[in-house]
Amino acid sequence: MSEVLVLVDHVDGAVKKPTYELLTIAARLGEPSAVYIGGAEKADAVAGAVSRYGAQKVYVVDDAEIKGYLVAPKAEALQQLVERTSPAAVLLPSSLEGKEVAARLAIKIESGLITDAVDVRAGDGGPVTTQSVFAGSYSVTAKVTRGTPIITVKPNSAAPEEAEGAATVEPVTVTVSDAAKGAQIVASQPRQASGRPELTEAAIVVSGGRGTGGDFQGVEGLADALGAAVGASRAAVDSGWKPHTFQVGQTGKTVSPQLYVANGISGAIQHRAGMQTSKTIVAVNKDDEAPIFELVDFGVVGDLHAVLPAATEQINARK
Amino acid sequence: MNIVVCVKHVPDSTADRHFEDDLTVDRVGVDGLLSELDEYAVEQALQLKEKAGDDTTVTALCVGPEKAVDAVRKALQMGVDKGVLVSDEAIAGSDYIATSLVLAKAVEKIGAESRVDLVMCGMASTDAAGSVVPAMLAERLGLPQVTMASVVEAQGDQVRIKRDGDAATEVVGATMPLVMSVTDQSGEARYPSFKGIMAAKKKPMATYSLADLGVDPGQVGLSVAWTVVEDATARPPRSAGEIVKDEDGSGATALTEFLAAKKFI
Ligand SMILES: Cc1cc2nc3c(=O)[nH]c(=O)nc-3n(C[C@H](O)[C@H](O)[C@H](O)COP(=O)(O)OP(=O)(O)OC[C@H]3O[C@@H](n4cnc5c(N)ncnc54)[C@H](O)[C@@H]3O)c2cc1C
Ligand SMILES: Nc1ncnc2c1ncn2[C@@H]1O[C@H](COP(=O)(O)O)[C@@H](O)[C@H]1O
Repeated sequence: MSEVLVLVDHVDGAVKKPTYELLTIAARLGEPSAVYIGGAEKADAVAGAVSRYGAQKVYVVDDAEIKGYLVAPKAEALQQLVERTSPAAVLLPSSLEGKEVAARLAIKIESGLITDAVDVRAGDGGPVTTQSVFAGSYSVTAKVTRGTPIITVKPNSAAPEEAEGAATVEPVTVTVSDAAKGAQIVASQPRQASGRPELTEAAIVVSGGRGTGGDFQGVEGLADALGAAVGASRAAVDSGWKPHTFQVGQTGKTVSPQLYVANGISGAIQHRAGMQTSKTIVAVNKDDEAPIFELVDFGVVGDLHAVLPAATEQINARK
Repeated sequence: MNIVVCVKHVPDSTADRHFEDDLTVDRVGVDGLLSELDEYAVEQALQLKEKAGDDTTVTALCVGPEKAVDAVRKALQMGVDKGVLVSDEAIAGSDYIATSLVLAKAVEKIGAESRVDLVMCGMASTDAAGSVVPAMLAERLGLPQVTMASVVEAQGDQVRIKRDGDAATEVVGATMPLVMSVTDQSGEARYPSFKGIMAAKKKPMATYSLADLGVDPGQVGLSVAWTVVEDATARPPRSAGEIVKDEDGSGATALTEFLAAKKFI
């Protein structure tokens, strides 16, 4: 069986959940191999983590020389690994970095690229992907017809399945050209941990919009009662109530949780684009004609400042 | 400075968007316009020109069907100096790979007389939404990329941008020539003024075919795309959900019941 390369999504060696989803998908297509580009001292910890999700090999590319640069060196590293292993496919997370690494890799190895897959299965002529397009109004299946299929996969596209893997560590030395070091990260401010799940990975997302009037207490209270991540509409972000990293929508994050709760959000097309594929959608809005109600499984027409605290209290009482 | 800003002509996202029989996006039978997110790229290009205060030229570049000239025209009205449309029957149905090839060749042609210092892009096209063309262009042109900029600063040939990266907020520095993409956080785009609309009519506008760029038609288009769409189905409309009106706290109770029934509690 051919190898399938999975680019490990991690922060300083702490492996993120989308990696396990990618490994689970990789196992449908071939033999999962994790590619860890990061500090070599964390390689064993990474191997331990990915071994639980079926990784047979862990290629370790020490990033001492490349971590200060944007994207291009990682694409060169992956190119060299692809040439060495001739994989059946390369899977990357649909993050900013994952997509841009994939884009450069596709040109380098003359292979077709599919971005933002929400499902991948094995087909006769290679992997078949499903994508959700036009703000979630169409579902498209596609495949790569040339080269090594390169696919970026959205978070929450597969339930991680535990499977024991050998996770044999193989250090890899790559050469990085000077040309790839043209974009230098001169300062980096890691995001503050909120104590809540990460927006794109969360099983439940509770969002607030202009209708909160800037008071997110009700939204946050409900989020905590449900163990959810907190999101925001662009109107709430533009008002300065939440940082841009909370924004759900076309120009923010795309989320696809089990449950999405929209509070004081009208449901503009750009917002829908980021949440329309959520499994269950709930809205609280005082305007019974708000377009968000066209999407919902359950809706409450009412004032969020009254509904949310009361619901939170009832939920906490039930637990 | 010589700036090229890549603008895409896209189907209106607030209207009906659909596929043709060959499963390519219908671009001809629908209302189209300059991709909203590329207006931010035009704006930043114009601001860089204004700040430089020199003889900087900004050229809007679009690859698309003939009617895509509307996107270029809008950029001219906003204030860019020149327009270039690359249009050719053979391009129809191209994927990212072929689109980036044509864009790269066009950038090279525009830069034949004087080097292109900056290729400016939007953060994503509103139809494909891949956010990959800027990185592909950078790869093809052998240039660094600074993408997803929310703040742009340039000093001579030195560029600094701020971006919300995946795990951190970053400041990235690079030296021109380079490829940049900007987000909708970079600042509202200007509206064309009446003067701008009149002036646009006299601005230079070139239309190139693949032959003009020296691109073999066999390298682009649907039949040679490196990816193929097998099937496109409209998502079934979500079945109407239950909607209750809150009266004296009944909404909270109903909401809690719903969440409990669905096992979210
Ligand atoms: C290029 C571009 C990109 C964009 N990208 C995004 C994006 O990524 N994400 C995004 O969200 N938007 C995006 N937008 C903006 C989008 O078009 C909408 O303007 C935005 O989503 C509106 O936010 P909102 O629903 O919070 O505000 P509004 O549309 O003002 O809606 C507020 C809602 O709150 C309700 N309300 C008011 N008070 C209460 C109360 N006390 N209790 C309950 N309900 C109440 C109102 O009835 C109303 O329905 C983008 C726009 C553009 C042009
Ligand atoms: N056909 C095109 N013509 C001009 N620019 C384009 C075209 N396609 C993509 N671009 C540029 O690349 C950016 C990202 O596009 P995409 O990768 O399709 O999301 C857009 O915002 C444009 O700046």
